[in-house]
Amino acid sequence: MDSHAEHHIVPKRVYFAVFAALIVLTWVTAYVSTVDLGRWNIFVALAIAIVKASLVILFFMHVKYSSRLTKMTVGAGLFWLIILLFMTMTDLWTRNMMGVPGR
Amino acid sequence: MDSHVAVSDEAVVEHTTLKHHFENAEQQKDAATVGMWVFLVTEIMFFGGLFLAYFAYRQKYPIAFASASNKTNLLIGAFNTTVLICSSLTMALGVHAASLGKRKLLILFLILTLLLGGAFLGVKTYEYHDKWVHHEVPGEHFECEGCKDAGHASLFFSLYFGMTGLHATHMIVGAGILLVLIWQAYKGKFTAEWYTPIEMFGLYWHFVDIVWIFLFPLLYLIDRSGRGLS
Amino acid sequence: MITATQTAVKEKNYINAEDGLMSWLLTEDHKRIALLYLIVVTGFFAIGGLFAALIRIELATPAGDLFDSNTYNKVFTMHGVIMVFFFLIPSIPAILGNFLLPLMIGAKDLAFPRINLLSWYVYMVGGVMILYVLFSGGVDTGWTFYTPFSTSYSNGYVIAAGLAIFVNGFSSILTGLNFVVTVHRMRAPGMTWFRLPLFVWAHYATGAIMILGTPVIAVTLFLLVLERGLHIGFFDPAYGGDPILFQHMFWFYSHPAVYIMILPSMGVISEVISTFSSKKPFGYTFIAFSSIAIAVFGFLVWGHHLFVSSQSAYAGMVFSVLSMIVAIPSAIKVFNWTSTMYKGSVRLTTPMLYAIGFMGLFTIGGLTGLFLASMGMDVHLTDTYFVIAHFHYVMVGGAILGYLAGIHFWWPKMFGKMYDENWSRLSAVIIFVGFNLTFFPQFLLGYMGMPRRYHVYPPEFQVLNVLSSAGASLVGLGFLIPLTYLLWSLKYGPDAPPNPWGATGLEWQTTSPPPKHNFEITPVVTHEAYDYDALYKREGGHVG
Repeated sequence: MDSHAEHHIVPKRVYFAVFAALIVLTWVTAYVSTVDLGRWNIFVALAIAIVKASLVILFFMHVKYSSRLTKMTVGAGLFWLIILLFMTMTDLWTRNMMGVPGR
Repeated sequence: MDSHVAVSDEAVVEHTTLKHHFENAEQQKDAATVGMWVFLVTEIMFFGGLFLAYFAYRQKYPIAFASASNKTNLLIGAFNTTVLICSSLTMALGVHAASLGKRKLLILFLILTLLLGGAFLGVKTYEYHDKWVHHEVPGEHFECEGCKDAGHASLFFSLYFGMTGLHATHMIVGAGILLVLIWQAYKGKFTAEWYTPIEMFGLYWHFVDIVWIFLFPLLYLIDRSGRGLS
Repeated sequence: MITATQTAVKEKNYINAEDGLMSWLLTEDHKRIALLYLIVVTGFFAIGGLFAALIRIELATPAGDLFDSNTYNKVFTMHGVIMVFFFLIPSIPAILGNFLLPLMIGAKDLAFPRINLLSWYVYMVGGVMILYVLFSGGVDTGWTFYTPFSTSYSNGYVIAAGLAIFVNGFSSILTGLNFVVTVHRMRAPGMTWFRLPLFVWAHYATGAIMILGTPVIAVTLFLLVLERGLHIGFFDPAYGGDPILFQHMFWFYSHPAVYIMILPSMGVISEVISTFSSKKPFGYTFIAFSSIAIAVFGFLVWGHHLFVSSQSAYAGMVFSVLSMIVAIPSAIKVFNWTSTMYKGSVRLTTPMLYAIGFMGLFTIGGLTGLFLASMGMDVHLTDTYFVIAHFHYVMVGGAILGYLAGIHFWWPKMFGKMYDENWSRLSAVIIFVGFNLTFFPQFLLGYMGMPRRYHVYPPEFQVLNVLSSAGASLVGLGFLIPLTYLLWSLKYGPDAPPNPWGATGLEWQTTSPPPKHNFEITPVVTHEAYDYDALYKREGGHVG
């Protein structure tokens, strides 16, 4: 059983470093949104959010030090979210592309 | 240490906290962790439905969404995000204190987490009130002053209230659990050998933080450059 | 026959371990919780069946002479809601899964016994809520709750029904969560993944679907309730909302939900066919992986419910192809079960009769699903009785036959009593004949154009409808007979030995009924699954 990972105690300095990064990224994303990047604004905003979320997941939630099962569970959750979003958008993005009414 | 028994702490802990259907404490703790993560996966899918609706309607009405998003207060949103991140730090430090058996420090960090969470909710209440006063609440009396494509702006606000409301509900539940945990910590329930509820709650609290990490840019930061399109 | 321990059995098992109502209502024992579920799930099956009877009585004549259309809408909606959410989804997992999973893996209980009990109470709350809806006048939107009818125009109790299903969903989530964690972390030493009974694989896959899919219908119903209650227009075109988005969100769960209903049944069938062929399942690994494949691919096909909804044709093509692919793992199972029986020592006991019936009927249901998965055919067949026949073949001919097979297979284990084999075989045949008489004509009706959810139809369809209604009476009778002899067996049936069927699996190595903690000492597993040779060495040939 690979659960010995649970006994790992993360040193406080890691938490403070992650905290600092999160704060910085928050204000960065707020600032960048005021800059006109055209269609890239949303991608940059989401990329920053993904980095922040990853830091929280890996360090605050200890996933970096967790069992393989935990990592797989997190991965499965994210994968299924992507299925939900992506497969539905295949419909919404391709509506009216055929030139046939109602298709 | 707060235990007053002659038997080793570990034996006491094993006797009182090990459930009969588990072989050992490690298996029990492991099961709890996996179980909590599985629950968080259900939460990912639960919020996921709202994110789907958001993406569907934002791509359909980019102008309405950008315009409506500008009605939120960027500074307040960034401030609130900061507050929540601070509460995540205090929660992580609380778990850390628990793992070292530092009861007083644990209680301190749990209280700080609660206060920061409360501050977040307080600010949210102010924002909701502000929206209410400006009739930006969807329904019969909805109006979006100065909004482009105002006819579709109510969709943004439906999602705004739906998503932040669901998030706030999760925070209120979290605050309730925090009160219970603070009380239990005060009573000396947690030791360096067993602090599973603290850790599990920490996972929950961080998850709620992550949801907000996405809500902030998606709701507050659409087209802040004033370009007029998204 | 092991007689030495039989008097000991009467002394102490999970049923007589403790007395009193509270010892049942506050139990943490997965076996007792399974029985609590058995009682209420059977109750809801009866209510759903009552509505089925009303439908078939109305449809015996072309005119709408029993109900007006609004009332008929309520009748088929309540039939669907109750059968899907309150019977089919919980049935095998909450009863047989709860009872057997810990036993099969050598554990003393599920990972979270109190969450298991909570799931039952949550189910009860949802059940009370749906009964409230029923007695208040029902809901008429169809079990699919499509907008904008459900949000803006229906006069039924949409909010209450939506909330009832929302609550009920959490029961499902908690069950799935428990199963997945249990299989990962509670297996006895030596019980590796590939020594697990296929029933466990099936329930693991089912648990995964419950976890990943149910929250989406929860949030969908949440939005539905908000929209109807507060008029805020998520799905209302007047505000720019998209009614098709509702359908996407609804079916994202509701399609995988049908795999929640069939996978456990398939797990039962694997166990039954192997036992009564005295042969280990052919292609064990394929059956195990196909359960996972069904769970995964089942999430990628929901758009086949939206072919005629104005979903984009490109998306439709993608969903159509994926729907063809999802049939493959199911077909693999059918081939494997057949191969298991080939050159096996086949005994036609009641569970085996149900299992063989399952194989035929599920195959028909599954193949007709492929007709519907083909976009072009679906344009003609959708919203006709062809669809109704298709899903009843897989849901009743498949899921329910599997459920009955399981109940009959594990009844001796659960209650320590044998039932009358003659009556049980007779009712299996009655149910099989009655079922086919009910639903086969519906394929023809649908193909000829009879729409679903209509209580009137052109007179030329009457003959087939009358056949269908006659079949329904037979099926109804068929379901009443097991109720009788099973209950009778509890008091008057002969005592069951630990392993009446000569089956492998850890649950058969303990007493019938099992003791409260399943195993006094955690078993150590040293042999492969379905090791009939080891069984015969141990028990000296199968019994009965």
